[in-house]
Amino acid sequence: MPQPIVRFTDVTKRYGNLTVLNKLNLDVAPGEKVAIIGPSGSGKSTLLRALMTLESIDEGVICVDDEPLTHMPARDGRLVPASASHQRKVRGKIGMVFQSFNLFPHMCALQNVIEAPMQVLGMGRKEATERAEDLLAMVGLGEKLRHFPSQLSGGQQQRVAIARALAMRPKVMLFDEVTSALDPELCGEVLNVIRRLGSEHNLTMLMVTHQMGFAREFADRVCFFHQGCIHEQGTPDQLFGNPQQERTKAFLSAVNEAN
Amino acid sequence: MNFFDWDFALSILPDLLKASLNTLLITFAGFAIAIVLGLLLAIARRSRHLWLSWPVAGLIEFIRSTPLLIQVYFLFYVFPNYGLNLTALQAGILGIALHYACYTAEVYRAGLDAVPRGQWEAVTALNMSPLSAYRQIILPQALRPILPALGNYLVAMLKDTPVLSAITVVEIMQQAKNIGSESFRYLEPITMVGIFFLLLSLALAWCVRRVEDRLEVTAR
Repeated sequence: MPQPIVRFTDVTKRYGNLTVLNKLNLDVAPGEKVAIIGPSGSGKSTLLRALMTLESIDEGVICVDDEPLTHMPARDGRLVPASASHQRKVRGKIGMVFQSFNLFPHMCALQNVIEAPMQVLGMGRKEATERAEDLLAMVGLGEKLRHFPSQLSGGQQQRVAIARALAMRPKVMLFDEVTSALDPELCGEVLNVIRRLGSEHNLTMLMVTHQMGFAREFADRVCFFHQGCIHEQGTPDQLFGNPQQERTKAFLSAVNEAN
Repeated sequence: MNFFDWDFALSILPDLLKASLNTLLITFAGFAIAIVLGLLLAIARRSRHLWLSWPVAGLIEFIRSTPLLIQVYFLFYVFPNYGLNLTALQAGILGIALHYACYTAEVYRAGLDAVPRGQWEAVTALNMSPLSAYRQIILPQALRPILPALGNYLVAMLKDTPVLSAITVVEIMQQAKNIGSESFRYLEPITMVGIFFLLLSLALAWCVRRVEDRLEVTAR
């Protein structure tokens, strides 16, 4: 495996007595598409949120592109908890799309996409606007630039959110149950955008999903989470076609029954 | 029976109007300071750093729980003993601004708390600095619902300016009392001051509503 772009080493996260991530280890190669599946409460979303620094971790180290995200090296070489500015530097390589879109309601689609590149990357308004128009066209919303989130359907909002995250030129994209809040018929348009992203860009993607069909078709690797650890992982064919662990089999058959 | 003497009223009008300029100055300068300081206090109170949030929370509670009159007395009569010399007007503006900053801080806090958590997560995921996050994303959303409450405090502040007559600030109420004590006629000056506050309060409330309406339009 080439040098991983994301590396979790013995990462533990607790909420009081509840351990959500339990000495988790995970390496993700550049350009790899990883689908994360598992029962609710198994730590899937927490993994993404810890990587986006939305949750602190209690033990272990997370590295992005060979740089520690949660820690930074002190003068004597030991790792100490990262300062806010160090976290901002490393975090810039990651983009995230949320289940509930989280668009800025007081801004139109175009403003939602240009705001961060202008504020954070220091891009000029003209350049940011051109880029945002391209991105919004790519997600099929070239005609909706001036629409506010309240004037867009859920699927359209989620596509704006994807364009907004891409505008920051991340190396790693995190998708946290991005179709869970959508009507089934709107899921397809969002998944199509993600499919195109996967085939046309060399983005590393980590995706928490309940869409097993999509995970099977899209991912290079599927990780089954159980009790804060990766219980079983493999290629989609291995994991869906021939799961080894009893817990994985039980989960997959329960999901199949539900569908 | 003492009827309203229109000639007398007309004769004291210029003095009252002149003093009303001080009332307006105190109100607007005080409010300008209060809404900026209030915001800073609200943000400081939300800070994760306890060395900052706790003293600020204490200050806000202390000032909200003691009368404005005592605070301006301290500023004008007590602080000079410790080297802080302010004119009556300066002490008055500072006192009323600080008092209302603590009230507006609580209003801001409610507004900031009402911004959904997902918005904060989005600004983190987009790696925005705290300053641009507040300025571009959080404040515009926090301000709209709290504008009526802020507007109420502007009107309340206007009506609290007569308290400053206690530290010799010659605002419109102090002027009316001066006129009364010299002429032994209180009906005209006090009535006129009442009407002044009534008209100005209504005008301010109208302005606040206009601002709200405009924000409502630009938001959609």
